[in-house]
Amino acid sequence: MRLTRELVDHIAHLARLGLSEEERERYREQLSAILDHFQRLQELDTEAVPPTFRAVEARRPLRQDEVQPSLSISELLANAPDVEQDQFRVPPILDT
Amino acid sequence: MVEVEWMADYEAVIGVEVHAELATRSKMFCSCAVVDSTIAEPNIAVCPVCAGMPGVLPVVNRAAVELGVRLALALECEILPQSFFARKNYFYPDLPKGYQISQYEQPLARNGRLVILTSKGEKTVRIRRVHLEEDTGKLTHILKDGVSYSLIDLNRAGVPLLEIVTEPDLNSAEEVRAYAMTLRNILRYCGINSGDMQKGVIRIEPNVSVRKRGSEQLGTRTEIKNLNSFRALERSVAYEIERQVRLLREGREVVQETRGWDESQGKTVSQRSKEEAHDYRYFPEPDLPPLTLDPAWLEEIRRSLPELPMARRRRFQTQYGLNAYDAEVLTNERVVADYFEAAVAQAPHLSPKTIANWICGELFGLMNQVGGEFDPGRVPVESLVELLSVLDKGTINQLTAKAILAEMFTSGKRAPELIREKGLEQVSDQSQIAGWVSQVLGENPEQVQTYLKGKEALEQWFFGQVMRLAGGKANPKVVQQILREQLNKLKEQA
Repeated sequence: MRLTRELVDHIAHLARLGLSEEERERYREQLSAILDHFQRLQELDTEAVPPTFRAVEARRPLRQDEVQPSLSISELLANAPDVEQDQFRVPPILDT
Repeated sequence: MVEVEWMADYEAVIGVEVHAELATRSKMFCSCAVVDSTIAEPNIAVCPVCAGMPGVLPVVNRAAVELGVRLALALECEILPQSFFARKNYFYPDLPKGYQISQYEQPLARNGRLVILTSKGEKTVRIRRVHLEEDTGKLTHILKDGVSYSLIDLNRAGVPLLEIVTEPDLNSAEEVRAYAMTLRNILRYCGINSGDMQKGVIRIEPNVSVRKRGSEQLGTRTEIKNLNSFRALERSVAYEIERQVRLLREGREVVQETRGWDESQGKTVSQRSKEEAHDYRYFPEPDLPPLTLDPAWLEEIRRSLPELPMARRRRFQTQYGLNAYDAEVLTNERVVADYFEAAVAQAPHLSPKTIANWICGELFGLMNQVGGEFDPGRVPVESLVELLSVLDKGTINQLTAKAILAEMFTSGKRAPELIREKGLEQVSDQSQIAGWVSQVLGENPEQVQTYLKGKEALEQWFFGQVMRLAGGKANPKVVQQILREQLNKLKEQA
């Protein structure tokens, strides 16, 4: 099965990736191959098999509702590319 | 909004999603404090877990689960003994990890119900699911010197949230409002949060669609966001219903999208086309084991549930003989209902109806004037009972009692002290009152003549004059009786 260009663009948009013309074509090939592989797996009848979400069945106790110290602002923002008024500064985000 | 006749050919079908913050001390998956993000300094409660740094592990907050279960039980849901956390993937900078930890295939609870009360009577709204998730950070969009950018505050990121989703059972703006208010009352009763919509601890998002009446097929729906009051909720739904009906009548189509409510313009505005569920690429959260609920713990939470508003309302009607309206007003807020019951318990000599009237009338009026919540500390139960008892004994009259209550409210003083200070004690002394009555009749010969000629309604006017002369302190029953006597005497003489 070959993915359409539109679907590749849609997936790229969801991942917020900008693709060049050459990348769009390359990823279309690669994603199509991955999808084919999963389509083969789909052929197995797993009706009676409960899904396995994780390899190890661990039970972890719940945490008591207690407050511990947070990071200092300087620690938190140490690796931020851009900072203003003790906040992360990022490129503009438009809702529309 | 104008009621248009052709609206009657259409029916609205509405489901509601509510996000409620849980009033825990710490966040959902880490030990950072939950702070009021509308006033706190930015980024003071953030750690590697809620900042989405690599190599960290989330650990579920027990109190958040408990509060979630409380609400699910209050909504008569089926609690799943095991539920799963899932990652909801999307890219938006208020979400530092690139995904939100939520619940998808097996939520905390499902199949509940909530009974609401509208002008048409009771209606049962089915609850589809209740699940736990985490809140996002806060973005501030800035335009300065022609440059536009956004700032991110992560205080709110990771605050526990409960998402409550109904089936599409609501059919009008009024019903949506009633549902939201009833749910808010329950959230407050169960101690899940403060219910403050302005602070965003409850966020309501209706999904609205319309269809021709009688049609089985659902229309295309839009989701409304940005609602921070019940009024905005009701207006936006009414607007959206009418907008969609107009489109259909013009032969146009409703686009599935998110629409924001613009309060100043009184309309909804297109925000973005909604991403489909499969766009979120949900998958089980590998960092969290399934959430398994111990039956003994569930039972313990069930036993700790308070009596809920609806049950309490019915009990108030049967036990105290209140009418439906008073019972509802008294039970909407737990603090008010508790206050009323404490007063009734302390004052077996007073009728519950009298106590209810004073709370719903005078006390609510005073609380409203200062614009806040019902604060029982302003007039402690004992003080109210004391005031109503002296009124009951006839030491003061009704009008004076109202004035005293207002004084008590502002000064915090108690009734007997105020009565003494201001000399407000009611006068029942026969001779003193007889003197006032004679004075009024003597000073108004014309009215007396008119009265004697048969205009008996003037008796009420004389009564008013006597009360005025007495500065409102005269016992009205005694005044009435003496006035009648003196007027009768004049009639005989005439």
